[in-house]
Amino acid sequence: MRITCPHCGTRDGREFTYQGAAEILNRPDRDADLAVWADYLHNRDNPAGDTRDMWYHNPCGAWVVVDRNTVTHAVQGSTLASEART
Amino acid sequence: MAKLIAKTPCEGLLPKTIGTVELSEVVIDRAWSVAPFKGQEAAVSEALTKALGVGYPAANRALSKGGARAIWAGAGRALVIGAEMPDLSGLAAVTDQGDGIAAVRIDGAGAEAVLARLVPLDLRAGSFKRGHTARSFVNHMTASVTRLGPTSFEVMVMRSMARTLVHDLTEAATGVAARAV
Repeated sequence: MRITCPHCGTRDGREFTYQGAAEILNRPDRDADLAVWADYLHNRDNPAGDTRDMWYHNPCGAWVVVDRNTVTHAVQGSTLASEART
Repeated sequence: MAKLIAKTPCEGLLPKTIGTVELSEVVIDRAWSVAPFKGQEAAVSEALTKALGVGYPAANRALSKGGARAIWAGAGRALVIGAEMPDLSGLAAVTDQGDGIAAVRIDGAGAEAVLARLVPLDLRAGSFKRGHTARSFVNHMTASVTRLGPTSFEVMVMRSMARTLVHDLTEAATGVAARAV
């Protein structure tokens, strides 16, 4: 598997560590309903197809949001987590 | 007071010549990690250029002038080596790394072949030129690899990994030498 680091370019998968779904970036408000928080903390989709998740590029220290497809294994793109956050 | 005897990270391990490859230690006496605060990269670069002659390096690049060097060291961070650090307060987080880094120089016709066994990158001259640097792995270790010349590279790791680095380079160089006709 090859993943693109926005700083370093395309690199071997062994340089990256999987860090979970990219939903983690969309943190609910502090006062949000408990159900919203429970959903944010515990519930994840398990899509067959396009997915977005977080990877950590160990050598350079960048957190990267990677768009990829779990069916075809294609890696479609990547953004720095600091820029992907809305 | 007791006087401590300073030892370099690779003392007693290097230099070594294996086949066409020469491994030697690069002694780093002064080194600083420079991490510019948000939006201050240009100001940091200007301050460094004024004081040392080298600016803040772009990603995957290493600069050098006189004895001073600035090597990109990952997201938002560069390593400045061999110079006194100007005052960057308010511009960047500066951390002394003077005793924290082990650096090894790899010279010789087989240098590329040796690194090809350890680093998962294309380090051939066509894609990795002088002044290029990369954060990657050397075997299992996080490392910084910089090209110094046509057949010269420099590898930096954490000081605690010095012995492992020398071991891995030695193994790889021995393998390359064994295949040479």
